[in-house]
Amino acid sequence: MAVGGVRVATASPRAGFGGRVRELFDRESVLGPLFVTPALIILVLLVAYPFAMALYFSLSNAFIGRPSHLVGLRNFINLWDSDAFRQTFQNAFVFTGIAVAFKVVLGISLALLLNQQLWFKRMIRGAVLLPWVIPTALSTLGWWWMFNSLYSVVNWTGLALGIMDPPGPNWLGQKYYAMAAVVTVNVWRGLPFFAITILAGLVAIPKELYEAAEADGAGPVSRFFYVTLPLLKGVLAIVVLFSTIFTFSDFNIVYVLTHGGPINSTHLFATLARQIGLETGRIGEGAAISLYLFPVLVIVVWAQLRFVRRQAY
Amino acid sequence: MAGFGRRRFWGRVGSHLLLVPFLIFALFPFYHMALTSLKTDRELYDRQAVPLLIRQGPTLEHYSKLLWDTAFLTWTKNSLLVTLLATGVSVVIGTIAAYALARLRFFGVASFGTGIFVTYLVPTSLLFLPLAQVVNWLGLADSKWSLVVTYPTFLVPFCTWLLMGYFRTVPKEIEESAMVDGATRVQALMRIILPIAIPGLVCAVLFAFTLSWNEFIYALTFTSSSDEITASVGITSELIRGDIYFWGSLMAGAVLGSVPIVILYVFFLDYYVSGLTAGAVK
Repeated sequence: MAVGGVRVATASPRAGFGGRVRELFDRESVLGPLFVTPALIILVLLVAYPFAMALYFSLSNAFIGRPSHLVGLRNFINLWDSDAFRQTFQNAFVFTGIAVAFKVVLGISLALLLNQQLWFKRMIRGAVLLPWVIPTALSTLGWWWMFNSLYSVVNWTGLALGIMDPPGPNWLGQKYYAMAAVVTVNVWRGLPFFAITILAGLVAIPKELYEAAEADGAGPVSRFFYVTLPLLKGVLAIVVLFSTIFTFSDFNIVYVLTHGGPINSTHLFATLARQIGLETGRIGEGAAISLYLFPVLVIVVWAQLRFVRRQAY
Repeated sequence: MAGFGRRRFWGRVGSHLLLVPFLIFALFPFYHMALTSLKTDRELYDRQAVPLLIRQGPTLEHYSKLLWDTAFLTWTKNSLLVTLLATGVSVVIGTIAAYALARLRFFGVASFGTGIFVTYLVPTSLLFLPLAQVVNWLGLADSKWSLVVTYPTFLVPFCTWLLMGYFRTVPKEIEESAMVDGATRVQALMRIILPIAIPGLVCAVLFAFTLSWNEFIYALTFTSSSDEITASVGITSELIRGDIYFWGSLMAGAVLGSVPIVILYVFFLDYYVSGLTAGAVK
């Protein structure tokens, strides 16, 4: 009764134009589209449209400041004649494969350690997460100095410990060492994300499962392989998929540390696309290089939608 | 009992010892960076000196050189302007979009949700070339405003996705009871849901701020003159002249350019941890 009374009482001031507007805004079919419109405008104008442009560029002989016409798939095919591109293609897989593998193994180890009883839990977590929040371009400058050919602190330490022969490797000047250096920085920057996310997965595993396994006589190693790992599968899948796409498309670390050198041995798609598309002006070719990232993106999105976010939409 | 307690104690010590290599790996680059920025040039370029310590006294000359002889303060001001505006705009747009996705049923909501999620996964390095062209057409070439316009492309999907999760945890009944009491949907959102979701909003603001402060490839591509570039770009490009590197000032720049993020980080550490596990991944 009381509720009904309140409704009747508020109905009269609503009756005018303002009231009708109010009622309109209460309808989900009106308010919903209204609320997503700003986001939609951004997605269409600044994501979908540039993507369509990227497709067009990649199919054309576009050059900065010159009219272009379509050349079909020529850019995509001609790229295979370029040593730089073939090298980049190989680098992308080597870089991503090694870096993600290291991040998985070290991430699980670090998460297991962080899940133990610790005295300075909050401080340790804070320290572990730090590389992930600091601007990558700036922290990579620090690594650049650490790998400097004359004053490398890495080499100084290696020599002091007797594990390197003088003068020690020229990290950024030799091809395999340069790749090792960019992988190291990528692992350094990406490890916190793995460790903290996997830690969240570990915390969610019910304690009873471990107790039951222990009662059945399982040692720490078999408990890890038969309880922890299977239950982490979901979290690991998300982390690996995310990391794969962002490692594959990395730009900052390579750009600051090596600029793709020496002799293209550390170029990734993004850095090569910038060099070809902006520094030499061949936008069509640059766009085609960028789009080689796309198949990986599609696979990751598909896997995410299919397996990981199945329940969301 | 005593033996058990002792075993636990040594187990704990063991865990800490095993963490030491990880902590050194994580923190040493920052230590070395800060150390280098405080060393005199004489010690910095002395190949006989121990690089892990300062022996010949610390100096602030690299910092004063950075602050007064370069446009560092302008770059920082640009970074702040771009970051604050892009964060503000994106959090507002993300909030209402997330509310619509989490609560309202309307035509196309499912496809919009998928669209947001897909965009959330698109790396910035995929679209920077055509976006540079769009920036040109908008008349924003070599202007910091190009960054205010383009940063929402990754911030909005991020904020929407993060906040949608938070809104879904608010029980529907609270909102419904407010509406039965005569509140409109918008009022219920403003007065009931947003206050409950404040931790989520704080998270969204922190991450959006961090992501835009740290953004590099767009800033590097869309802006180039010293008056328009951001801190990251200025430090990595303007402090290097040909083959001469001013390592001391370079490291001082890397330290100062990280300060705003470090301050936020120290105060809001727990939000960073919870936001990261809630799906903050970029």
